[in-house]
Amino acid sequence: MQTDVIEQCDCDDVAQSERRQTDTTFMPGVDIVELDNEYVLRADLPGAKPDDIDVQLDRGMLTLHARVETRQTAHQTRSLLHEYGVGDFHREFKVGDAIDTAGIVAETANGVLTLRLPKAAAARPQRIDVRPTT
Amino acid sequence: MLLARRYRFPMSPFNELQREFGRLFNNVLSDFDACPVPRRAAPGINVWEAGDNFYAEAEVPGLGMDDLEVFVVGNELTIKGRWNAERDDDQRVFHRRERQRGAFTRVLTLPVDLDAEKVNAVLKDGVLTVTLPKAETARTRKIAVKSA
Repeated sequence: MQTDVIEQCDCDDVAQSERRQTDTTFMPGVDIVELDNEYVLRADLPGAKPDDIDVQLDRGMLTLHARVETRQTAHQTRSLLHEYGVGDFHREFKVGDAIDTAGIVAETANGVLTLRLPKAAAARPQRIDVRPTT
Repeated sequence: MLLARRYRFPMSPFNELQREFGRLFNNVLSDFDACPVPRRAAPGINVWEAGDNFYAEAEVPGLGMDDLEVFVVGNELTIKGRWNAERDDDQRVFHRRERQRGAFTRVLTLPVDLDAEKVNAVLKDGVLTVTLPKAETARTRKIAVKSA
């Protein structure tokens, strides 16, 4: 039931307008963990400087975008092994009412973006006191 | 614009087919919370050559310098790393789990011997870059041509 609280959105039109200098945009891998009072979303954004990571929330749509500069710049280089491409990262998620959107916190370390999405009060587990009847 | 999946593979008709296949599957399965980003057993590595150096680069988001080991013997580069699981990861509810985890070892053989003493590794924003100077004996030398 809870799986649609943070749901991925496959809207390509939004990505279109975000296109920057790089040719290819990649979808970052994410983990989403549910804790008692919050969801924690971690996204791999290797090569993105903290200032180049953009997180936006607009009408229930959470957008992650990171600009990544080309690293293999020097000319007169010869590629010997090419196992991955380098480019911007982009991914979108729908955020349901169960999230307290005002309380979302973002931080980044070692190329990983961590978003903490607190559950709205109504979605948190609550302890109900059980009293003996008198 | 199509969002390319995280890792690209060398182009061949077979891979192309496989990619189409993967895309088909991803589309079909996306409604069922399948993993849209293929996860690898070990991070990919890019290697290029420029002048007297080779450069090897790997994306290792989440790893600190203490989680990585880099060493060079002869013409062989080894990169080892480990993503440490959070203490009670197994009991947590994961709605998505696409990021790499566990340990990996990659061994690469370069075309010529390396100067192991001068190898330099830098980790920045989740990208490991290893500068591998060629051994003195392996460098290109310009030979002056004298007229007889």
